[in-house]
Amino acid sequence: MPDSGAKLVEPVVFQGVHAALPHDSALRHVSGTALYVDDIPEPPGMLHVHLGMSTRAHARIVSMDLSAVRASPGVVAVLTARDIPGENDVSPVIHDDRLFADGEVICVGQSLFAVAATSIAAARAAAAKAVVEYEDLPAAITIAQAREAELKIEASQRMARGDAAAALAASPRRLQGTMAIGGQDHFYLEGQVALATPREGGDVHVWSSTQHPSEVQHLIARVLAVPHTAVTVEVRRMGGGFGGKETQASLFAAAAALVAVKTGRPAKARPDRDEDMVMTGKRHDFEIAYDVGFDDEGRLTGLALELASRCGATTDLSLAINDRAMFHADNCYYLPAVEIVSHRFKTHTVSNTAFRGFGGPQGMAAIERVMDAVAQATGLDPLEVRRRNLYGGEGRNLTPYHQTVEDNVAPQLLAELAASCDYKARQRQIDAYNARSPVIKKGLALTPVKFGISFTTTHLNQAGALIHLYADGSILLNHGGTEMGQGLFVKVAQIVAEAFKVGVDRVKVTSTITDKVPNTSATAASSGTDLNGMAALNAANAIKGRLVEFAAKKWGCDAAEVEFTPQGLRAGSELVPFETLCRQAHLARVSLSSTGFYATPKIHYDRATHTGRPFYYFAYGAACSEVLIDTLTGEMKVVRADILHDAGRSINPAIDLGQIEGGFIQGMGWLTTEELVFGADGRLLTHAPSTYKIPTCGDRPAVLNVALWEPGRNVEETVHRSKAVGEPPLMLALSVLSAVNRAVAAVADHKVFPNLDAPATPERILMAVEDVKRRASC
Amino acid sequence: MDAVRFLLNGEVVEARSVDPTRTLLEHLRGDLRRTGTKEGCAEGDCGSCTVLVGELDGQGGTAWRAVNSCIQFVPMVDGKAVITVEGLGQATPHPVQAAMVEHHGSQCGFCTPGIVMSLYGRAVAAKGGDGPIDEVLAGNLCRCTGYGPIIAAAQAITPEAAPDVADTLMDLRRDEALSLDYVDPIAGVTRRWFAPLDADELARTYEAHQDAVIVAGATDIGLWVTKLRKPLGTLIDIGRVDALKAITREDGWLRIGAGVRYVDALDTLSELYPDLGAMMRRLGSTQVRNSGTIGGNIANGSPIGDMPPALIALGAELVLRKGDARRTIPLEDFFVAYGRQDRAPGEFVEAVRVPTGLGGAMFKVFKLSKRFDQDISAVCGAFNITIVDEVVTAARVAYGGMAGTPKRAVGCEAALVGQLWNRTTIHAAVEALAGDFTPLSDARASAAYRTLTAGNMLRKVFIESARPDLETRVPEAAPHAPEAANA
Repeated sequence: MPDSGAKLVEPVVFQGVHAALPHDSALRHVSGTALYVDDIPEPPGMLHVHLGMSTRAHARIVSMDLSAVRASPGVVAVLTARDIPGENDVSPVIHDDRLFADGEVICVGQSLFAVAATSIAAARAAAAKAVVEYEDLPAAITIAQAREAELKIEASQRMARGDAAAALAASPRRLQGTMAIGGQDHFYLEGQVALATPREGGDVHVWSSTQHPSEVQHLIARVLAVPHTAVTVEVRRMGGGFGGKETQASLFAAAAALVAVKTGRPAKARPDRDEDMVMTGKRHDFEIAYDVGFDDEGRLTGLALELASRCGATTDLSLAINDRAMFHADNCYYLPAVEIVSHRFKTHTVSNTAFRGFGGPQGMAAIERVMDAVAQATGLDPLEVRRRNLYGGEGRNLTPYHQTVEDNVAPQLLAELAASCDYKARQRQIDAYNARSPVIKKGLALTPVKFGISFTTTHLNQAGALIHLYADGSILLNHGGTEMGQGLFVKVAQIVAEAFKVGVDRVKVTSTITDKVPNTSATAASSGTDLNGMAALNAANAIKGRLVEFAAKKWGCDAAEVEFTPQGLRAGSELVPFETLCRQAHLARVSLSSTGFYATPKIHYDRATHTGRPFYYFAYGAACSEVLIDTLTGEMKVVRADILHDAGRSINPAIDLGQIEGGFIQGMGWLTTEELVFGADGRLLTHAPSTYKIPTCGDRPAVLNVALWEPGRNVEETVHRSKAVGEPPLMLALSVLSAVNRAVAAVADHKVFPNLDAPATPERILMAVEDVKRRASC
Repeated sequence: MDAVRFLLNGEVVEARSVDPTRTLLEHLRGDLRRTGTKEGCAEGDCGSCTVLVGELDGQGGTAWRAVNSCIQFVPMVDGKAVITVEGLGQATPHPVQAAMVEHHGSQCGFCTPGIVMSLYGRAVAAKGGDGPIDEVLAGNLCRCTGYGPIIAAAQAITPEAAPDVADTLMDLRRDEALSLDYVDPIAGVTRRWFAPLDADELARTYEAHQDAVIVAGATDIGLWVTKLRKPLGTLIDIGRVDALKAITREDGWLRIGAGVRYVDALDTLSELYPDLGAMMRRLGSTQVRNSGTIGGNIANGSPIGDMPPALIALGAELVLRKGDARRTIPLEDFFVAYGRQDRAPGEFVEAVRVPTGLGGAMFKVFKLSKRFDQDISAVCGAFNITIVDEVVTAARVAYGGMAGTPKRAVGCEAALVGQLWNRTTIHAAVEALAGDFTPLSDARASAAYRTLTAGNMLRKVFIESARPDLETRVPEAAPHAPEAANA
């Protein structure tokens, strides 16, 4: 197996931070030698775990006869709620996600029991023999049904500044509208998977494809009623996460661990794609309603916004997700008087969960729709309306949650992008095209992004790292962050390489594992590099401090004369190769290992009043998309997009560009072709790529210009002044939805405003076209 | 009992006592520990499992094609060559792999081996690998990159000679039909696999095993196993019957054997009917078209197969055979009702006959789906309309997705024929569609959308004939600007 990490060759030109290095696993990816959990050689005697699933949305379990399951060929164990030694719970916060249903089911696909068999085929065939008798209970599938039944996971939340009602009443102009925004399946290419191996004394080791190994560890410990020390969770890499493996991995990991401990045999739980899509949560779908006041110049005077989401059957992370939707309902705009009310509806569908953007995209979609509506009403260009409402200027920098925006670069980004993509001229060309083209209509839209960086649950903003310098000069790096393709490992390795001024090849990043760095936060909220990079830097600096002290003494110079250089350590007049330094330090009994820790400064938040400074800083970007639609079929194509994004001082421009483009396309999928359809009985009808359509290669705009914003530099003291880049680019795709909406409006020469819902599938586009035609002819 | 033998990355491997419905992917990963090839969906939609399969091309060489190993059964590669990502380069990366690294073409890396194999197929001019990048990669989903870096890598790859393994494949050739028996320990059924070598043997075998399932490309039957988890009994593989793989011209007709894969018929049909070719290039993906057959698309009787409406509108015929008896029927008569076809026990589809010309009629096909590429149609409409002196003299209009079978719109046709080709006639013909179809609502589309677009397709036929100056279609992807593939 090729192992680029094993080579200890110093590069000719030193490359540390800010270098466009390839992903650390790139060679293994392309050669098929990168190991994912399902690729790990299966230990002898390993059992395959399959979970029996609820077929009802909401029902009492009258009886569950599993005798035929137990008798089925190849079955070794069948486990239910009664077999759990500890707590029957795999939830992140509120203790409301059962490992196995107990007496009642609350969504289709809920786990009922686990079958462990000698093959996955045997386990599945056995599970099909379960005889479960249900007594149906009233079920709410949609937001409307939950609203009707008043089912919520918590009381509705209110975030406000100023007197929105009074401002609306006094506004020169006012309009109202609604919009539905669909959910999204993560569709990580590697599905959920866990492999558990029993260890002595009831301990267990679990390979899990998870963004949150610590939580998986803690939940397994709770299920097994053992201390955290008895459970070790390890993650080398995920084949994609996107938020879908933040909390959703726990169910499968806990089931595998329980089987392993109960049977004394290794156990793997790997749902297939359909099971995965049915059983795991998705991005929340939202229904929004706005009441906006504005003047003839398109400036907002007041806004009342209602955000309603489908949280699913349990709480999961829905509180924080819906909070983040509220936090982003301003996007880049100053709202003089605002009231945001957020309803978190409980439904009998799979519990929705984290997904890149974490509620932010839905909140942002709401305000961008408001901007388009105001532009249509005033007859102004939508970009002009957006610019007039940007944060900036005296008394126009306070967010609805009372954090002051101190790093606003949106005005520059919008101006630069509008110029570079030739916005004005193209808008004119498109108007001319639309005037002569009755079937195909075009639309163009330019939208900004401002995304708050930090977990809004303040205590999560901490990270740990562990660095070993070996006596041969090789460096082992471990931290709490997980690698899901986002390039975290190479970025943190670059930070460590930069600290010691060594080639990044010398730094080996190892699996994230709970017995090296404990009590970690999820790799989520775009925080991976900010938190773990800083923790690793602190660990490196601790070791460097000891080496400097040692070198000064050893080579008889002042500590100020000791410097790490790409050629080796300079100590006064001596130049010591890095290997020699490590060897000498070891012989002199200097500790060459250190932990590092980091906690984000400045942040605080009072959830009771929804005020404070939840975010350390903001990440910004802007995108301009051009689309065309077929007004006879509703088919749509994004023909060009231009993106300008601020990644601060980028740690790795190649990785960051990859995140930006990938995020944009994923967001485009969310808003266009990716449609989750539930039946009236609560069954998910789109549970595989045959029915759930993420973007293909051909959906990428033929012209896609992506650029990092050159002057970008974080005003806060982040690691090397970089900015988080995982989530923010997803929301660049809101430009696509705006552009489609504008193309639809062109059908009636922008006389009426389309109410296009997301995802803008051909069907929704065509129905919006028909609706616009109808209303315009009235 | 026979063992399946094939060439894997240059070495002959033998699978004994294999379940004939074990997929090639399961065999590679589970039995042979070649875990570079990944399972992303197990239904041929994501391409993570893409491998290259090579077979004798009949001219002394090797014909390669990229396929989804997740829906290929192990016996289907008997006597063939398989290249997986492990066969390309491990210690030293192959140029395709190096290009992917250089252009940052992988992020999470899980789809990457499949993408590497599709790009390798393109580099060696494997079947279906000669089209635009979008077309070659339509069957490879990537959730991370947004595709730009992959496109950049593809643009940087230079063509190379395909491996020639014809000699070894000659050695692996069978003189007698492959025949496998397997007792499924879980379902408790005996599973049998027959791969007859000629049409007569096929006819005899099927007559003797009338409950057998016929397998051609397995792009549908594969899913019966991986998705429906049907424990199948007897299967008959028609992939070894050369006579069924032929495309022949016979006075005014093109005879396409039931075993002809889409990829092998694409050029011929495109030339005759460009709209049909354009539709076929969106049907499935390169991997699916490299396995799936037109005969299979008809024989499975799906109400949403895309070939039947187009072929019905063209006036195609179906040749059915049972034993030595053959009969030829209009294609539309084959589809009796949902899930029911005019096919007797032991009778199989031998060929479809397509007219090679329409005598001046215009022929258009519209495929409408949520996603442009590789998506099953919500509605597929096909129009074969003859206009003489502004009067419609003949019309064959057929739709998929509008009923339980692919079906002609007889009321609509009647409203067209004999009428002036103008808006009034179109309006009446669209109205008549309401009597022809009562479509369903499902996850792909609502009944209202289906009805509306079925009519709009006809309106579009008219607009395109009356106003050829107008743009009327969302264009197929333009080539990606090289500078836009930022990497």
